[in-house]
Amino acid sequence: MSHPNALLSWRRVRALCIKETRQIIRDPSSWLIAVVIPLLLLFIFGYGINLDSSRLHVGVLVEQQNGDAIDFTHTISASPFIQPTISDNRQYLTQLMQAGKVRGLVVIPPDFNQQMARPGDTAPIQIITDGSEPNTANFIQGYMEGIWQIWQQQRAEDRGESFEPLIEVQTRYWFNPAAISRHFIIPGAITIIMTVIGAILTSLVIAREWERGTMEALLSTQITRTELLLCKLLPYYVLGMLAMALCMVVTIFIFDVPWRGSLLLLFITSSLFLLSTLGMGLLISTLTRNQFNAAQVALNAAFLPAIMLSGFIFQIDSMPAIIRAVTYIIPARYFVSTLQNLFLSGNVASIMIINTLFLAVAAVIFIGLTALTTKRRLD
Amino acid sequence: MFYRLWTLIRKELQSLLREPQTRALLIIPVLIQVILFPFAATLEVTNATIAIFDEDNGSHSVELTQRIAKASAFSNVLLLNSTAEITPVIDNQKALLVIRFPEHFSGNLAQLHPTTLNIVLDGRNSNSAQIAANYLQQIVKDYQQELVAGQPKINNSELVIRNWYNPNLDYKWFVVPSLIALITTIGILIVTSLSVTREREQGTLDQLIVSPLTTWQIFIGKAIPAQVVALAQASVVLAIGIWGYQIPFSGSLLLFYFTMIVYGFSLVGFGLLISTFCSTQQQTFIGVFVFMMPAILLSGYISPVENMPVWLQNITWINPIRHFTDITKQIYLKDADLGIIWHSLWPLLVIATTTGSAAYGLFRRKVT
Repeated sequence: MSHPNALLSWRRVRALCIKETRQIIRDPSSWLIAVVIPLLLLFIFGYGINLDSSRLHVGVLVEQQNGDAIDFTHTISASPFIQPTISDNRQYLTQLMQAGKVRGLVVIPPDFNQQMARPGDTAPIQIITDGSEPNTANFIQGYMEGIWQIWQQQRAEDRGESFEPLIEVQTRYWFNPAAISRHFIIPGAITIIMTVIGAILTSLVIAREWERGTMEALLSTQITRTELLLCKLLPYYVLGMLAMALCMVVTIFIFDVPWRGSLLLLFITSSLFLLSTLGMGLLISTLTRNQFNAAQVALNAAFLPAIMLSGFIFQIDSMPAIIRAVTYIIPARYFVSTLQNLFLSGNVASIMIINTLFLAVAAVIFIGLTALTTKRRLD
Repeated sequence: MFYRLWTLIRKELQSLLREPQTRALLIIPVLIQVILFPFAATLEVTNATIAIFDEDNGSHSVELTQRIAKASAFSNVLLLNSTAEITPVIDNQKALLVIRFPEHFSGNLAQLHPTTLNIVLDGRNSNSAQIAANYLQQIVKDYQQELVAGQPKINNSELVIRNWYNPNLDYKWFVVPSLIALITTIGILIVTSLSVTREREQGTLDQLIVSPLTTWQIFIGKAIPAQVVALAQASVVLAIGIWGYQIPFSGSLLLFYFTMIVYGFSLVGFGLLISTFCSTQQQTFIGVFVFMMPAILLSGYISPVENMPVWLQNITWINPIRHFTDITKQIYLKDADLGIIWHSLWPLLVIATTTGSAAYGLFRRKVT
């Protein structure tokens, strides 16, 4: 120790880092957080969270069997997107709908073929959706309109007429041609995993030191504020980056999400994001000094906003102005956008520069606030 | 015997509510979530910016552009002047989608010749893009129907679309009932499991065990305060949902609270089970987290259970949150009776008994 009063002694930092690392390795719960949670979450987001309905369950009420009604039912059954339950019992289908076993009802009226045959009349087919699942309800509307159009086309062709819609809408999805929701959800999920590791693990660890009094013991030594922060940040930073690498491997090789961006940019932005969440975790634990409360705060201040306000699944543009304003101070927002771009569209300069800048600011603010609130003295 | 139980419950509630910081943490997050989430958690598309590249500039393309601009989903419309502008607009996420009217669009329509309309969508958020495309298709379809109004129809059939339980497909109506399930879950799991391990860490659990209280009394003593906290939190959310968000409660309140208590016990079982495996609060918290996070994500709150692969749907049977979010929506929005609720209620009863008795057995074994 050449300069006992220096701001930073690498020897002390190294010693403390080694101690901290040993503690991490020894504690089974940190393994749980660094390995089991990332894999579990990726697995859930890869298989469980799916906005693309594969086969929608729909009840078809045919109150009277007649040619036209049966014809339309056949078209529904032929659709690869719909799994129909055909019945003539209205009450039974209503109960299925209440229980959520079907997400929509198609009601073909009893005198459907008479209405179809009478010139100038209308033959309404009622589509009833289950509004308690609005997203699915939207898809049912879309699919049923498609099926109805196919049916009309078939009828026209049966009579030898040609039927083409006047305006044919052609859609093309860039970056994600098959419109697979997994491709944008998994990059978002990585953000949540990093938030869990950064904020929740550290907030608990430091709060425990406060509760057990080991923090006071540490503060009574020669350690400086910078050293204290460094030895708490570095080991968890390494842990977080390892988890990040694990996530990347699983995402690209197991879930087949395309990777189009630069790895260097990924490294820089993940480091910044990780530092900001670690900073947040440290700040929470320094302020609460109690594991129970630190856990609660970390859940509500870091984890839930990362899910709800980061735009990884819920579109930020659709939120009211005040909430949109709130999302600007959430670091996860920038990291989600960065990852979605790096995975799907490559390096888009304008987006990357803004995101990196905001992530850097967030990291500085959270670590700075922690430094300010960590006092060398005990109150 | 009941007097002993009563004193234990009182002591638990006191130790839970003694500290102002802890008290605040039991209610403030609930308020934040109930105010923020219904507005934030939406898969609707509103305020989106779209771009239009009009190579036609005829009467029909201008008319359609105006109709699209009026739609509430699209608040901003950028007009592009060349093909070269399309790529940067999408790449930089300036617009969710670009509509391209081809040349002769109006000319073809004037003669009632079929024509095309191209839409380029940002696949980085394919769900929103798909919903926005649905809106556009609706607008185009309506316009087309007006154009052919005078022409003979192919046949008489027409589609009439209605939405039950939530006529305007308002996402808030979906979020608030689910939020009741979500918030009570966090409350119950954390209160039960952490209160056991905290006592274990502090050594007071041994004192409790050597007291005349039996194991099941200790369990009940831990369960009731958690239930009280959860019921209070749920009532706050329910009140804000009914009076704040004006979402009508169509079912039976009595049935609702009854199912909530059953749900509470199924979670208490999980909470106690987790705490018997853990020796420190940190481990418990992580244990709760590892259980709760997948359980919430796979409950149907973020995306419907029926979209999952079948084997995963079968696994979610043991997830109490999944059954309870179903129940909350069934009672709150659909006015379902006990006969329908029962499909989701009996799994909860099975889960509560299984986890409760497993925790009981493990707890007894650890003591002796």
